[in-house]
Amino acid sequence: MSDRTPAGGPQPGSEAFEAELRDEIRRELETHGSGAGGPEIVELRDVWLSFGDHEVLRGVSLGVARGGTLCILGGSGVGKSTILRLMLRLLLPDRGEVLIEGRDISAVSRPEALALRERMGMVFQGSALFDSLNVFDNVAFPLYEHTTLADDEIRERVEEVLSFVDLDPNVVLPLLPSALSGGMRKRVAIARAIAHRPPILLFDEPTSGLDPITTRRIDELILKLRRELHVCVVVVTHDVRSASRIATETALLKDGEIIFSGTPEEMHATEDRYVRAFRG
Amino acid sequence: MRSNAFWRSGEHTSIPERAPKIVPDGSARRSAARLARDAVLRMAFAVEAYCRLLVRVTKACLSQPFYRGDLVQQMDTIGVASIFIVMLTGLFTGMVLALQSAVEMERFGATVYIGRLVGASTIRELGPVLTALIVTGRAGAGMAAALGAMRVTEQVDALRTMGVDPIRKLVVPRFLAALVMLPVVTIIGDFVAILGGLLIAVLTLDFTAQLYINSVWDTLAQSGFVLRVIPIDLIQGLVKPFTFGGIIALTSCFHGLRAEGGTEGVGRATTRAVVTSSILILAADYFLTQILLAMFEW
Repeated sequence: MSDRTPAGGPQPGSEAFEAELRDEIRRELETHGSGAGGPEIVELRDVWLSFGDHEVLRGVSLGVARGGTLCILGGSGVGKSTILRLMLRLLLPDRGEVLIEGRDISAVSRPEALALRERMGMVFQGSALFDSLNVFDNVAFPLYEHTTLADDEIRERVEEVLSFVDLDPNVVLPLLPSALSGGMRKRVAIARAIAHRPPILLFDEPTSGLDPITTRRIDELILKLRRELHVCVVVVTHDVRSASRIATETALLKDGEIIFSGTPEEMHATEDRYVRAFRG
Repeated sequence: MRSNAFWRSGEHTSIPERAPKIVPDGSARRSAARLARDAVLRMAFAVEAYCRLLVRVTKACLSQPFYRGDLVQQMDTIGVASIFIVMLTGLFTGMVLALQSAVEMERFGATVYIGRLVGASTIRELGPVLTALIVTGRAGAGMAAALGAMRVTEQVDALRTMGVDPIRKLVVPRFLAALVMLPVVTIIGDFVAILGGLLIAVLTLDFTAQLYINSVWDTLAQSGFVLRVIPIDLIQGLVKPFTFGGIIALTSCFHGLRAEGGTEGVGRATTRAVVTSSILILAADYFLTQILLAMFEW
C-alpha cells in the first residue's frame, strides 16, 4: 500500500489512511459505474437450508455488485460458511436461488457449475494449500488446470500475483506450505485464488487466528484487490473491526436469518440491541 | 436423517459424504430392533456410496481430463515402492512353504512334488493374497491417510472450488495405478517365493535345481494353457491381483474421502480402509477362486 502513499500523507494502516482509501474506492466505483446499484453478480434469493431437523438458513436474501465487498457477520455456527458453500455449489439449497452472474448455480448442470466455479476464487479459513506441493505449484495449479498459458507465462503470472500479495517470489516459490507462517500461507492462498483472475473472490474467515498486525495486512490486501482488480468480494467473518475496514455492505446473520444489512456506517449507527451487542 | 442438500447436491455424488448419522434421541427405551435397523441403514448407505464411487471412477477412467503425471507417480508409490517388501515376504513364504511341505510329504515319500506344491499354492493363492495384504498395509493405508488429511484440511474442497473433480484428480490415478501394478508386483512376489522354495529344496533337501524347476513347470503345464502358451494358473494368478488392486484403491480412497474430525478422523479412516480392504480381499479371493475353478477346471 505504501506505493500509493504520498510523501507526508497518512501512514499505511492508520485510520486516516483507511478513510482516504475508502473514499478513493468509492470514487473509483462511481467512476466505473459498478458500485451499489449496479447488477449484483453474487446474489442469494430467499434461500432455505436445513440439515436434518436443524434449519441452518431461513429465507436468506443478500447480494453484492461488482466492485463491492459484502461482509457476512455472525457468531460461530450460525451458517456463515454454509453461505459460501452454497455460492460454490458445494451444497444445494432446499429452496431459493443462488445467482452467480445472473445464473442460478444450484440449478445448472455439473459441467456448467464447474465453469461457474472458475469465475470464483476461494480463500479457505485454513488456507487449504496443497501441502505436498511447493508455493509455485500451489499458485500455478489453477493456471495449469484452466488456461493454455505456456510454462514461462505461468511462471510470470505466479511471480506477479505473489508480488501483488507482498511476497518475494524468489524467497517463497520453492517453499512448502509447512515452511510458511500463518499470514504468509493466507497470502499464498489469496495469490492462488486470484491467479486465474476470477471476477468473484470468496473469503472464509480470512483473519481468523492471525495477530492484529497480520490481520490489518490481510484487510489492506482485500482492499487492494478490490481497488486494483475491481473484483466482487464476499467475506465471511466474525471480526467486526475487520469488516468495518473492508466492507461496502454488511449482513448480520442470526438464527439462520439476516437480521441486519447495510453499510458499515449504518451498522455502527443502528440501535438494534443484538447488532450493538455483536459489534461490542 | 438427512433429506436435504447433502443428498440432492450433484457434488455429493462426487465426494461420498458420510452416511446419515443417526442422532440418539436420548430415550432409554430405544429398542434393540431400532439400533439394529439404524446399523443396517448406515451400512446400506455406505454400500450405496461405495457403488456410486465405483461407477463414477469407471466413467472417469474412460473420459478426459486424465492426469497422466499423477498416474505415473501413483504407479511408483503403489507398485515400485512396494516391490522390496513384497519380495521379502515372498522369499520367506516360499522358504517356509517348502520346509513345511517337506516335513509332511516325506512321510509319503513324495518330496519330489515339493516344487509342484510351492508353485501351485504360490501362484494360485498365497502370492496374490499375501501381496495384496502387504500392499494394503503399505500403500492402501497411505492412500487413505493422504486423502483423509486432504479432506479434513479442506484441500479436497479447494480442488472442487477450482473446478477440478477430486475423483479424476485423486481417485482415478490411484485406482488405475493399483490395477496395473498389483499384477506386476504379484508376479515378482511369486517368482521370489518360488526361488525361496528352490533355496530350501537345494540347500536342505538335496534337490537339484533342475528337478525343482521341472516340478514347478509341471504344475503350470498340468492345468492347461490359454491360447496354447499362457498357463491357466498364471491367468488365475493375475485375475486376482487385478481385482485386489481395484479393491485396495477404491476402498482406501472411499474411506479417505469420508474422513472427518481432524487428525483422529484421519486415523480412523486409515484403520477402516485397511480392515475393510483386507476383509474384501479375502472374501473376493474365495468367490474368484470359485468362479475361476468353474471356468477352467470343471
